[in-house]
Amino acid sequence: MTMELQLETNAHITWCPGCTNAQLLVAFREALTELVLGGTVAKENVVAVAGIGCHGKITDYLQMNTYTSLHGRVVPALEGIKLGNPALTVIGFEGDGDAYAEGIAHLIHAARRNNDINLFVHNNMVFALTASQATPTSPKGFKGRSSAPEGNVEEPLDPLLLMLAAGATFVARTYVGDIARTKEVMKAAIAHKGFSFVDIIQPCITFLDTRDSYRSRITWVEAPAADFPGALRLMAPTGDTVPCGVFYQVQRPTLDEMLS
Amino acid sequence: MYTYSVEIRIGSLGEKSFPNAIPQKATGVFTVLIGGAAGDGVRETGASLAQLLADLGFEVFMSFKYPTLIRGGHNYARVSFSREKVWNDHVELDLLIALNKETVRLHTGELKPDALILAESLSAEDEAALGSRAVRLPMADMSKQAQAPAIMRNSVALGACCYVLDLPMEKMNTILGTVFRGKGAQANIALADLGFTFASNAGLRHANMLATTGAGAEISDGNTAFARGLVAAGLNLYLAYPMTPSTSILTYFARTGRGAGVKVFQSENELAVINMALGAAYAGARVAVGTASGGFALMQEAMSHAGMAELPVVIAVSQRQGPATGVPTHSSQADLRFILHAGHGEFLKLVVAPGDPEEAFQCAAQSLALAWKYQTPALVVLDKHVSENMMTCRLNSAVAPRKAQAKAYDPAVGAYARYAAAPDGVSPLTFPGTPGADVKATSYEHDESGIAIEDAALVQAMQEKRFAKREALLRELGDYDTVKTYGDPAAETALVFWGSAKTAVLEAAKYIAKPVRLVQVLWLEPFDAEKVQLALRGARRIVNVENNRTGQLASLIRERTGLAATDSIVRYDSKPFTPLELAGAVNSLIA
Repeated sequence: MTMELQLETNAHITWCPGCTNAQLLVAFREALTELVLGGTVAKENVVAVAGIGCHGKITDYLQMNTYTSLHGRVVPALEGIKLGNPALTVIGFEGDGDAYAEGIAHLIHAARRNNDINLFVHNNMVFALTASQATPTSPKGFKGRSSAPEGNVEEPLDPLLLMLAAGATFVARTYVGDIARTKEVMKAAIAHKGFSFVDIIQPCITFLDTRDSYRSRITWVEAPAADFPGALRLMAPTGDTVPCGVFYQVQRPTLDEMLS
Repeated sequence: MYTYSVEIRIGSLGEKSFPNAIPQKATGVFTVLIGGAAGDGVRETGASLAQLLADLGFEVFMSFKYPTLIRGGHNYARVSFSREKVWNDHVELDLLIALNKETVRLHTGELKPDALILAESLSAEDEAALGSRAVRLPMADMSKQAQAPAIMRNSVALGACCYVLDLPMEKMNTILGTVFRGKGAQANIALADLGFTFASNAGLRHANMLATTGAGAEISDGNTAFARGLVAAGLNLYLAYPMTPSTSILTYFARTGRGAGVKVFQSENELAVINMALGAAYAGARVAVGTASGGFALMQEAMSHAGMAELPVVIAVSQRQGPATGVPTHSSQADLRFILHAGHGEFLKLVVAPGDPEEAFQCAAQSLALAWKYQTPALVVLDKHVSENMMTCRLNSAVAPRKAQAKAYDPAVGAYARYAAAPDGVSPLTFPGTPGADVKATSYEHDESGIAIEDAALVQAMQEKRFAKREALLRELGDYDTVKTYGDPAAETALVFWGSAKTAVLEAAKYIAKPVRLVQVLWLEPFDAEKVQLALRGARRIVNVENNRTGQLASLIRERTGLAATDSIVRYDSKPFTPLELAGAVNSLIA
């Protein structure tokens, strides 16, 4: 591909040097470039939405239509944009604190009603911009510096199981360190008609650096299942592996189709 | 706390403070109350009677009172009508239609001396006390004999009512035909006929019936008028989570939205409602949401987001008696300060409080247009009294509303900047889907292009930009009736009020012993201090009349104009003011 899509802004990038959010940004820019230059979508018809936290800075680094919402409200923002103009392709970036703590009710309902929106969760398993507290996906025992110095006592949430149960029609997980595969999953999610959910393991290099732990344990599934038992088999680890890829994909009428 | 020279608290504790001393026949207003249990269809019956009276050219006001339950309890619809404008229903009754014994017991004290009572059943005590004024109308038996469902007995009552009030049955039949279209219209009409015949045979014509007048008017509740005003200004999308007393706006759009080109969606909670609405506004939809006091409390962070990101949205807040869950199906005006201060931080918002259906229609249309023109949230403050009560009105004769429009983006000017500077603070507005324009909206403080910033000078510049819009808006509102004066504008005594208190005040004014000026503050933010000062100029006595404990309008006027109310009449027992009692209170002040 010789053409390039101009997606960079003049904003100064303020993520920590080496932050894995930059890998996610690269994966998305590449995914969008391929979709636009390949004629799948027109750039002006795409909107990127973000919440509040480290992940949320991504909208400042994307020269395109963007909407920076409130903490936890990425999903209703996406749904509103889609209700306002169903012709738009809407892509949400949301932190694990936004998606699984502050705004988890919205996530469940968006999946249930199969709204044709895409949600990419930057799951770093920590509140980072507030300097290290536990989120719903922090491992049990995680010593958040400023809220649980003796260790988090709660069990972590499994967002993939939750999304399967809630009715999401596209359920995937990726590891941000594999930019090429993350890009492909993003493209597949955007191409999917219905609620596409992608949990992106995105280690925080400052407060919970799990890169070494994940790098060797990531495995990739070949193709999604179209039924729950199949999806559960694909998601199940073998030993300490962390399966990634698209686990589940089915077609169901979208909210917009049912409303019109 | 500020001290008034006289503070009158009208309420339900103890004896009524102001038994009206006005000869009841002299009011020229005829009042019918239909009462029964929840589920008896009392509201629909009252609405059919109100519709008939409006069709016949009477001025009508119907209130509907109900507790927070679905079956049982005590519900009533009260219809006051006259040849002259009736701003508010009256308590004093000419005809009581009781679907159960409890209704008789609860309303006997409100009967005028020559009132009639038509009751499904009467207790021995009531029969003895009321004598020949009370007639047993066996509505259930009559519908049973006609093999109609029990709920249809209300049509027997309507038929009897037509005879008593000397109203044409054929017009009532037309209304019943419309109301029960496709589901029992004929059966209801037959039952109404039985009721009419019963009353005729018993010679139950009321002695003081008013002659019919002529051309009919429409009748609407405030929520319906508000919804129609939004449609007139080009609404595309309505979002809500059900909450009394705002729910009937959602019902209206759910039933009629498709035909009017309005998409309707019920979100999972109020946070979703408002955040979806802001997303939709960003995408270019003219959007409105509706909620009640507590639901609006849940929307606060997003209110502030709308101000920061300059997203146009109309929010209807129908107040009910609080605090907290409070008294859900009853009325209150206790949220003025809350609504004025909605959302954290300082940002431009519009706040308008219509006092009747005509104003609800106009304010809805104006709010949508101004929200779009100035790219900011607009709040329309209603309450149970305005939202749900019905009144004859002329919505269609109101000035045709403009479709809401924003300042357009001209690509020839250069690259699109969502928050481009402008002398009046209003940036060109375009939406995703515009080739060549990247539309960046954000809840962070931002530069002109919509990228987050923290530079103090730029922070200040952007606050200046947004507040410049307030100056422009205030200039534009100079042409609006932001403050309305009724009565005698030169009178020494001025009553000041806002929102739903308007109807009781204007009705009470007919019975106030001396000339008074009546000042309604319709637009509360931006607050037009000059017009309020002008309206109150030279008043020696300023009396605020509000359905709240603390006199929120009085404190606002004091804050913005330096003018202090000398006296205060408040009511905060979850009931609206009633005209004759309010007139009695004012008379006691100015005697």
